[in-house]
Amino acid sequence: MYISLVKLKRKLVKFTNIFRALLTSQYSLMHEYRAEIALWAISGLLPLIMLGIWTQSSFANFNGSNYNFFVKYFISAFIVRQFTAVWVIISFEEDNLEGRLSPFLLQPISPFWRYFSSHIAEQLTRIPFVFFILIIIFLGIQDSFWIPPFHTILLSPIAIFLAFVIRFLLHWIFAMCCFFNDKASSLERLLLIPYLFLSGLVAPLETYPEILRTAAYFTPFPYLISFPSLLLSGSIVNPLNYFMHQLIWIFILSIFSFCAWRLGVRHYSAMGA
Amino acid sequence: MIKLIKKYTNFLVLFWSTSLSIELEYRLNLIVDIFTLVGNLFGSLLVLSLFYTNHHTLGGWSWSAALVVLGLFTTLEGFTSSILQPNLSKIVRYVQLGTLDYVLLKPISSQYWLSFRYFSPWGIPSIIVGFLISIYGVISTSNQFNTISIICSIIMIISSLITLYSIWFILATTSIWFVKVWNVNEVLKSILIAGRFPISSYPNIVRTIFTFIIPIAFLTTIPAEALLGRLDVYWFLFSLIISATLLFTSIRFWLYALNFYTSASS
Repeated sequence: MYISLVKLKRKLVKFTNIFRALLTSQYSLMHEYRAEIALWAISGLLPLIMLGIWTQSSFANFNGSNYNFFVKYFISAFIVRQFTAVWVIISFEEDNLEGRLSPFLLQPISPFWRYFSSHIAEQLTRIPFVFFILIIIFLGIQDSFWIPPFHTILLSPIAIFLAFVIRFLLHWIFAMCCFFNDKASSLERLLLIPYLFLSGLVAPLETYPEILRTAAYFTPFPYLISFPSLLLSGSIVNPLNYFMHQLIWIFILSIFSFCAWRLGVRHYSAMGA
Repeated sequence: MIKLIKKYTNFLVLFWSTSLSIELEYRLNLIVDIFTLVGNLFGSLLVLSLFYTNHHTLGGWSWSAALVVLGLFTTLEGFTSSILQPNLSKIVRYVQLGTLDYVLLKPISSQYWLSFRYFSPWGIPSIIVGFLISIYGVISTSNQFNTISIICSIIMIISSLITLYSIWFILATTSIWFVKVWNVNEVLKSILIAGRFPISSYPNIVRTIFTFIIPIAFLTTIPAEALLGRLDVYWFLFSLIISATLLFTSIRFWLYALNFYTSASS
């Protein structure tokens, strides 16, 4: 018993060392592509376009509190979306097609962590650009600045990170289709559809008809945008239940992604070898 | 002149028939793309309907009129994924690998070759469905059609296609200088989504930007107004001027950019 614990600890230390090395190398790589990442940050404008429409629609003019709700919600959604961007299907497909995956498989750590760390590194590089855009937003839109309560400031990053993990696992499972079909990137477009309409990116789920909203909360999508944004905008009083749901989804999806990975690797036949 | 047109249409037939046979290798994509189209359509209708609950309206547009805008947007999306995306996304690669040399050596206009060499059939369902939605919207607003309004609408739709093409081509041209420019098109795509809704549903400042700086109004709202038979003559002319200017700019800009092309590894 004692020996196995020691072994486990040694394994864990080794893993954290490798992961830290991966993360720092990926961070310096991403830092090289700052300009590109700035453009990606700008391309996440959709919540702000929707903000324009919702605040202009007669919905928001109905009474003043609605206006404030929409402004806070969509600015939060903009922030959440910035830090939950996932493109693992595209890069996995590229690595698979161009034969880079084989050397990754020989390394003493699963390629999963390589992609995971590159996403985190990209988010870290994004931070200054997001701040810059936020300042413009706060200056440009009237009554848009707010300071969330202290516990929200602490909890929101956790909610956003968990949302990112859910989305990453979801995409990872679909990325595994690359092992079976060369052009899996069209699946990414398919995955984008429920993400657009069920996550609360284009409209707060509160405006949906009752049945649809309940149905949406049975899928992982509302926990990607809607929950973190509502939390950040200060509309959720008791977030515990939502956090539980996020963890449950992470649990379910990690089992699936582990199985998908095992199945895929077994089927893998090194491109170009 | 007629000979020239004939030559270029012959090329077009050749280009598209070869790329069709390439694309048909990936038939599974068709199923995925149809699912994507249907999902996208239902989602867009749902979001649009949210604005119309409890007798609210969107920028003074009735539900059927807003459907015309949505339909035109869907059509433009199909046009983008059939022609613009497959062709213009490759320019970056030609510059990177230096294979643009071979394109320039061909006895045919390089802009024509770069813009129309490939064709992806997967956008066709969007084009058809988009048109059907627009026509449904027009019919349910029950305004009478006459020959003039039909001709005007067709001209406005062509003008919006030219505008969209020119913006894309101008941005793709900048890859002669900045090799990694493809993200700019992602930014453009994310802004063009704004064309899904009538331009009058945006706040004033945004509306001005979308009319005079990024001409989104001319992509969907103006053609939709033509289809609904309520476009006044000034906007009609203005739209023509915008598309003609942008097309002319794209041609001149491409020729100008070629002066700076130094090929790769030579």
